[in-house]
Amino acid sequence: MDRRGFLKGLGTAACSAAAHPWLTSVSLAEGAGFGENRLVVVILRGAMDGLDVVQPRGDAAYAALRPGLSGAPALELDGFFHLHSGLSGLMPLWQAGALGFVHATSTPYRDKRSHFDGQDLLEAGTDVLGRDGWLNRLMQVVPGARAETAYAVGREGMLILTGKADTRSWAPEQKLVLSAQGRLLLDHVAHDDDLFRDVVSEALALTEGQGAGNTAGDEVDGLVDFAAARLREETRVATFSLTGWDTHKGQTKAMRRPLERLQRVILRLQSELGDQVWGRTVVLAMTEFGRTAAENGSGGTDHGTGGVMLAAGGGLRGGRVYGDWPGLAEAALYQRRDLMPTSDLRAWAAHAMRGLYGVDRAALENTVFPGLLLPDDPGFLL
Amino acid sequence: MTDQATIAAFRFGFGLPLPDPLSETPAQLVAQLDGPDRAAERWPGYGVAEVIPVLQALREAKRMAAEAPGDKATKKAQRRAIKAGSALGLSGAQAAVARAVSGAGFRERLVRFWADHFTVVPRSRTERAWPSALVEDAIRPHVGGRFGDMLQAVVTHPAMLLYLDQAQSLGPNSKRGGKRGKGLNENLARELLELHTLGVGSGYAQDDVTQLAELLTGLTVVPDKGFAFDAGRAEPGAEMVLGVEYDGTGLEPVLAALRDLAVRPETARHIAGKLAVHFVSDSPDPGLVGAMAAEWLASGGDLRAVAGAMLAHPAAWVPAAEKARQPFDYMVSVLKGLGLGGDDVMGMAEGPFLRMIIEPMATMGQAYDGAPGPDGWPEAVADWITPQGMAARITWAMEVPGRLVTPLPDAGAVAARALGDRQTGRLAWAIKAAESRREALGLVFAAPEFNRR
Repeated sequence: MDRRGFLKGLGTAACSAAAHPWLTSVSLAEGAGFGENRLVVVILRGAMDGLDVVQPRGDAAYAALRPGLSGAPALELDGFFHLHSGLSGLMPLWQAGALGFVHATSTPYRDKRSHFDGQDLLEAGTDVLGRDGWLNRLMQVVPGARAETAYAVGREGMLILTGKADTRSWAPEQKLVLSAQGRLLLDHVAHDDDLFRDVVSEALALTEGQGAGNTAGDEVDGLVDFAAARLREETRVATFSLTGWDTHKGQTKAMRRPLERLQRVILRLQSELGDQVWGRTVVLAMTEFGRTAAENGSGGTDHGTGGVMLAAGGGLRGGRVYGDWPGLAEAALYQRRDLMPTSDLRAWAAHAMRGLYGVDRAALENTVFPGLLLPDDPGFLL
Repeated sequence: MTDQATIAAFRFGFGLPLPDPLSETPAQLVAQLDGPDRAAERWPGYGVAEVIPVLQALREAKRMAAEAPGDKATKKAQRRAIKAGSALGLSGAQAAVARAVSGAGFRERLVRFWADHFTVVPRSRTERAWPSALVEDAIRPHVGGRFGDMLQAVVTHPAMLLYLDQAQSLGPNSKRGGKRGKGLNENLARELLELHTLGVGSGYAQDDVTQLAELLTGLTVVPDKGFAFDAGRAEPGAEMVLGVEYDGTGLEPVLAALRDLAVRPETARHIAGKLAVHFVSDSPDPGLVGAMAAEWLASGGDLRAVAGAMLAHPAAWVPAAEKARQPFDYMVSVLKGLGLGGDDVMGMAEGPFLRMIIEPMATMGQAYDGAPGPDGWPEAVADWITPQGMAARITWAMEVPGRLVTPLPDAGAVAARALGDRQTGRLAWAIKAAESRREALGLVFAAPEFNRR
C-alpha cells in the first residue's frame, strides 16, 4: 500500500484501509442511516450449549437426555423453558421485556462441527467464504458510516468486522496513562512528519479513556466500558468475543465462569450505556453451533448443531423465547444427535439490522448475508 | 544537516550511541564483519547440540504417555520438557537482544536480516528453541562470508528441515518411499527457489521445483543426532534443475546445486534488492541494487564484498530517513538510548524480560520468532507505523523505561545521546514542556525521528 492510501484510510489494520470504499456502495443502500440505534454483537467462541442455557424442561425427552445437567436449579421463563441459574441476574431484564432468546437456531454450517470453520461462517455470514465479515458489509450498505461507526474490541481477531469498509479496533492490553498535556505534546512532536502526524493522533484516539480506574476487576469490564464509552458517542456498532464455552466435561462447573462473564457483560453494558442509549440498543450474543442433545460420559456435551442466540437491550421485544421448537424425541433430532435447527441464525440478525437501520431486503439477502432468504418479520424488535 | 555518523548509526546499526570503536565510514562498518564473533562469545547462545537433549526429553515424555496415559508423573515430565524448550528459546531471545544492544551494530543488523531471510517459526510449543539455534549454527558464522556457505548451512539445519517439512519428504522411488504410502514434499524446494535464492517470478518452472524437491530427498532429521542424510529416503537417479544435471549419491549433489543457486544472477538481483530495501529505502535506487548485484556475481556471493558495495554507493547515504524501525530494532534502540548494555539485558530475570521486552514487541506487531510465514516480516513503513502499532510504541515508551532504569534518566540528555543531530526543535521544546519526567522521556521514544531510520 502506498503512503497516500494509508493516510486516507487510517483504520484498524493498516491493510484494510482502502480509500473510503463504502462510497461506492451508497447506491445499494436505501436505509435511514445509522441514526441513534446501537447494535452490539458478541461472539461466544467455543459453542455455547443452548440446551443448558435455555433448558426445555417442558420437553418430555429432556430429563432423560441430560440426567446430570437437568437436575440443577433453574429459573422458570415461560412454563416450557427454564433459564440456567448462572444467568439469574438477568431475570429483571426478562421481566422488563429487555431479554429474549432464539432457540433451535444455527447458521447454515453443518456436519463438520469444527470450531474455527463454524466461527468463520458465523462471522463471514455466508458459506461462500471470503475473508470479510457481515458487520463490515453492513457498514458498506448503510449510508453515512465512518470509521468510528464500528468498533471491534478486545484481543481476539474479529473476522465479523473485517473487510473493505474502514472500521476501528482496540485491545485492552495497551494501558496507557498519559496526561492531557502529554497528548498535546505528542501531537506537537509528530506534527511535521506527514506519516506520523496522523498515525500518532489516531493512536492517541485509540488509547483515550484508558487507565481511569477501569483496569481492575474482571477483564470483561475493560472491554465493556470501552465499548460503552464509544457507543455513547459516535459508535453505533460494536463487537467482541467471549470465550470458554467448549464444555466437553464437567459442564456444571465449566459453565459457571462463561455465564458469569456473559451476564456481567450485559448488566454492565446496560448500566454504562445509561437508560437512554440502552433503550436504543440491541445486543446479540451468538455462537458457532450448539452442542449434542445428550449429555456425554464425562458430564459434558460435545459439538452439535442447533443452539441458542441471546438477545438483550431496550430495543428488543423480549420476554419470550423465539423460534419453532422441533422437540427432542430421537427422530426429531438432527442426525439423531443434535437439536434440529428450525431457523437460520442470520435471519434474526438481518431482522435486527432491518429494524435498527432500515436496511432493505435486497441488501440483506445479496450483500450482508449472500444466500439468505429472509423470512417474514418475526416482530423481534420494538 | 545529518552527519555521516548519525546516518551510519540509524541506517546500518541499532542507533546512537555508536559502538566503540567508532563505526561511521564504509570501511569501518565493513571491518565489523572481520574477526571473531565477539558478541556471541560474550553473550553465548545455543545451537543444535543444546536442543537435542530437550527433544530427547520430549520424546521420553511422549513414550511415557503412550505407556501410562493420564499418569501424573508423565504429565509432569511432559510439562518439564516443554518448559525446558521454552526457556532455551527465551535464553536465545535474550542473547539476541543483548548482542544487538552492545555488539557491532552493522554486523548484528545483518544477522537480523539473514535470520528474517531464512525465517523459521515454531509451529508448536515443542519447537520454540529452534529459530535461535538456526541463527547460531548457520547464520552468524557466515554473515561476513559466502552466501553459498550460509545457504548450505541453513538447508542442512534441522530447524529449516523441520519447518519446511523436508524432514518428512521421501523420494517416491526411494527404498522407503514406496512402502509407507508417503512421498515427496515440495515445501522446502519451492521456498528455496522462491524466497531463499532466485526470487518469485524469476523464470524457474514447476518442473524445477519438483526436480529440486527430488534432489533434496535424503535430507532429514534424526532425533538423537540432528541433521542426517538418509540414502534410503533419497530419490534414485539424476535430477535436472534449471538446466543443470545433478547426479551421484549422498549429500554432494545437493551441495553442488546449492552452490550453483547461490551465484545465479537471479539470486544476486533478488537478494541485493532485499538488502537495499531493508537498509536504505522501500524503493531503492536501481543503481545501488545494480552495483550490489554486480559485486555479488563478481565475488561469487561474497557477503562482505556485497555489503561493501552497498556502503560504497552514494545512494546508501542520502540523508532522508525513509525506513521505520521494526519493533525488535525499536526496542534495542530504546535500551541503548537509556544507557543499558548487553550485560544489563542478560541480567534481567525471565519474567521481566518477557513482560517488558518480548511481549510488547508482539503488541507492536512483531512477535519474536513469530513471523507470519516463511517469507518473514514485511518491510514497508506503512506496515509498521500503524495506529495500533504506534499506540503500542507510545504506551511502551511511556510505561516501561521507568521500570528499566531508576532513577529515570533526564529526557534531554537521552534525546541528545540517542538522536544526535536528528532531534527536532519540536521535540526539544516538548521535552521541556512535559508535566513529568516519565512523559518527557516517553516523548523522546515516541517521536518520529526516533522511530524512523
